[in-house]
Amino acid sequence: MAVADIDRSPKLQPQNEPTALRLAGLWAGEGGLRGWLSSVDHKEYGKRYIITAFVFLALGGVEALVMRLQLAGPNKTLLTPEQYNQLFSMHGLTMIFLYAQPVLSGFSVFLFPLILGTRDMAFPRLNAFSYWIYLLSGLFIYAGFLIGYGPNDGWFNYAPYALKPYNPGPNMDFYALGMILFGVSSTAGATNFVVTFLRARAPGMSINRAPILAWGTVTASFGILFSVPAVSLAFFMLWTDRQFGTHFFDPAGRGQPLLWQHLFWIFAHPWVYVVALPAMGIVSDALPIFCRRPLVGYTVVVLASVATMVMGFGVWLHHMFATGIPFLALSFFSAASFVITVPSAVAVFAWIATIWTGRPVLSTAFLFFAGFIVMFVIGGVSGVMTAAAPSDQQLTDTYFVVAHIHYVLIGINVLAVMGGLYVWFPKMTGRLLDERLGRWNFWTVFIGFNLAFLPMHWTGLAGMPRRIYTYPQGLGWSAVNLVTTIGAFILAFGVLLLFVNIWISRRRGVVAGPDPWGGPTLEWAVSSPPPPYDFAVIPAVASRHPLWEDALQEAAGKSSLTRGMALDDGKEMLVTTALDAEPVAIQKMPDDSLAPLLTAIAATALAVAALRHAWIAAGLVTLVLLAVLFFWLWPRRALGQVAERKHV
Amino acid sequence: MSDAAPRMMALPVGSIGHKSFGWWGMMTVIMTEASLFAYLLFAYFYFLVHYGHGWIAEKPGLALAAPNTAILLLSSLFVWWAESCAARDRRGAQAVGLAIGVVLGVIFLAIQILEWREKPFTIASTSYGSSYFITTGFHMAHVVVGVLMLAAVLLWSLLGYFDSRRRAPISIAAVYWHFVDLVWLAIFFTFYLTPYIG
Repeated sequence: MAVADIDRSPKLQPQNEPTALRLAGLWAGEGGLRGWLSSVDHKEYGKRYIITAFVFLALGGVEALVMRLQLAGPNKTLLTPEQYNQLFSMHGLTMIFLYAQPVLSGFSVFLFPLILGTRDMAFPRLNAFSYWIYLLSGLFIYAGFLIGYGPNDGWFNYAPYALKPYNPGPNMDFYALGMILFGVSSTAGATNFVVTFLRARAPGMSINRAPILAWGTVTASFGILFSVPAVSLAFFMLWTDRQFGTHFFDPAGRGQPLLWQHLFWIFAHPWVYVVALPAMGIVSDALPIFCRRPLVGYTVVVLASVATMVMGFGVWLHHMFATGIPFLALSFFSAASFVITVPSAVAVFAWIATIWTGRPVLSTAFLFFAGFIVMFVIGGVSGVMTAAAPSDQQLTDTYFVVAHIHYVLIGINVLAVMGGLYVWFPKMTGRLLDERLGRWNFWTVFIGFNLAFLPMHWTGLAGMPRRIYTYPQGLGWSAVNLVTTIGAFILAFGVLLLFVNIWISRRRGVVAGPDPWGGPTLEWAVSSPPPPYDFAVIPAVASRHPLWEDALQEAAGKSSLTRGMALDDGKEMLVTTALDAEPVAIQKMPDDSLAPLLTAIAATALAVAALRHAWIAAGLVTLVLLAVLFFWLWPRRALGQVAERKHV
Repeated sequence: MSDAAPRMMALPVGSIGHKSFGWWGMMTVIMTEASLFAYLLFAYFYFLVHYGHGWIAEKPGLALAAPNTAILLLSSLFVWWAESCAARDRRGAQAVGLAIGVVLGVIFLAIQILEWREKPFTIASTSYGSSYFITTGFHMAHVVVGVLMLAAVLLWSLLGYFDSRRRAPISIAAVYWHFVDLVWLAIFFTFYLTPYIG
């Protein structure tokens, strides 16, 4: 390809056939297995993320059902204590790490360029790498589980039980090394979201016009950038404690078991918002479509997201109220935990006001979002109960906390994701999900969930401890536990209905046009599924709701969706300024490549070598890793990274 | 900005300095790596608060660490000089600056290994040893990565890839190198100087 000129004025041209054809030729990847493995298309990886996360959701769900069978009645012996330990650990880490965050990444990876009005993520190859290393980290941890060495100390993995003397098998090493790999994935993904959000929005999409899903994702991504190093470090320290005799968490060598809890919760509390804020963004963007009006209080909802994330870093100690921390710390963190409910409440009131003042269309997606609000409120109230240090002393380590976390995580994450899937499935596949099956899907999930987890508050108040594999008769817990188990199976049936709906509808669903719901944001301006280049011409945006401008008359100027910069001299994207989205440069985008996959495989091989103490192999793999990275990053003229002409 | 029609202007194509995605990407990497070191230092101070100054067996000597700090700072200066030469198309000086940066980085690593050998404690002695070796070890790993980055852009410079306009990779490697040096200052202050304070 000829070297591009250094400076040029981009052609402003209308969307037309020849442009579209030329762009399709530039952006479409090759087919076949090699094309599948080397693709860098964000739409492809968005779908892969969601499918992979759903597979892990199903695995985590089966693990939960086995535990619920064990707990259905007193003195059951379906599981041994060790099996139960591994199951609740795998269930927790699967749902929280391998499902909850990746599924939201899936939505955002698929939607980001579409809602921001650009053609791909800022770093398409890094995007592919994030997916592959996520998949491999999950397989790595599950490989341990399959050969009988699953993590067995809960997803929070407290020292000293995770240390070698109490846990001699390689169980914890699988978890530790797997989580370091997973941390690489989420960090790479976060980097990509931040740069795409800040530098690749359509011209005119100033930050106060960006969709809230983008705000939620970018806020969560900043949370990831600041919090994930804490847990990666904690797991690294745990691994060196176990393998090389360091004394971070071991009191014998003047270590501190509580240091584990600090590092873990400094990460894991913000993580609660990492798996919530993008889901809240899904609701904030999609709920208004079904209320036929813009979201009430855009600005306060955005500020609330950011405030929640910032405060989220200041409340980790509320997971440690019962560890004997000083009174002053107790008071401060308890107060901070109360305060953090304020921004969440702001969002809840915004959603309620949107429904109240809108004309809701009671579709399946709307039902999921309305259910989401109800469960969010219940989870929030039980959260306030545990934020109060005196009541937390009573409730900690009981099923009340289990009920709380499930209301929060299923309420905020799972329901929003399911609703979001009903909204954007047509954009991903070109076909609508079935509404009748959808209603069954919603009601079984909603009823099953509440049947399972509402009574758990009561078992918790009655003193039933979590993480214990069985309980004796006569404590008044038996009937409630049976109800919980029945509810869990109804919930599982509801999730199964979603899978059935997806399976049937992707082939036989009603064909969706570009905009089946009449949505306001840019993704609804392109065909379903979108073409490989997303937008034939880069749209120029003049309001928050480019597709509703005729109805809303938001601004004097109008968005321009059919006439804009074509950027068709190769794979190109527009770079815009961080605040006002003024165009500043044209970025050349990379072609398909196997480098991301190879890098991910090499990194995973390094973890396997470290697990086996195969240091020579580890050294060789490191060299391979460096070589792949070296050629991945080799500056290329086609990308405009090197000098225009050779100096003589 | 209410008018939607994009202003037509001459836009630079490709990676141009701070306008490129790559430079912003490196900023996010620095954010997350800075957090990593903040948590490492948090662990150090956590132990210090719990065990007091008795936790540190003896005050660390400055004979090697102080000159080594100067070497690392000097390398940052040379890399900065190389970058400014690149901006003025002084390609020979640019390569020399990067090469000196690489050499000083390697010298820093060598002295650091010497220092490791001289320590009377090991990684497995107490939590102080663990904290010291893991923190400085993480920093050394970052120095290695930085040296590899500088070496890569040096090689690409020698191949004549960059000029005054197209030199984003040099800036990206340079800013990472400055970050690594800044982190060392934090580590030097924490591990070597605070034991002498109070």
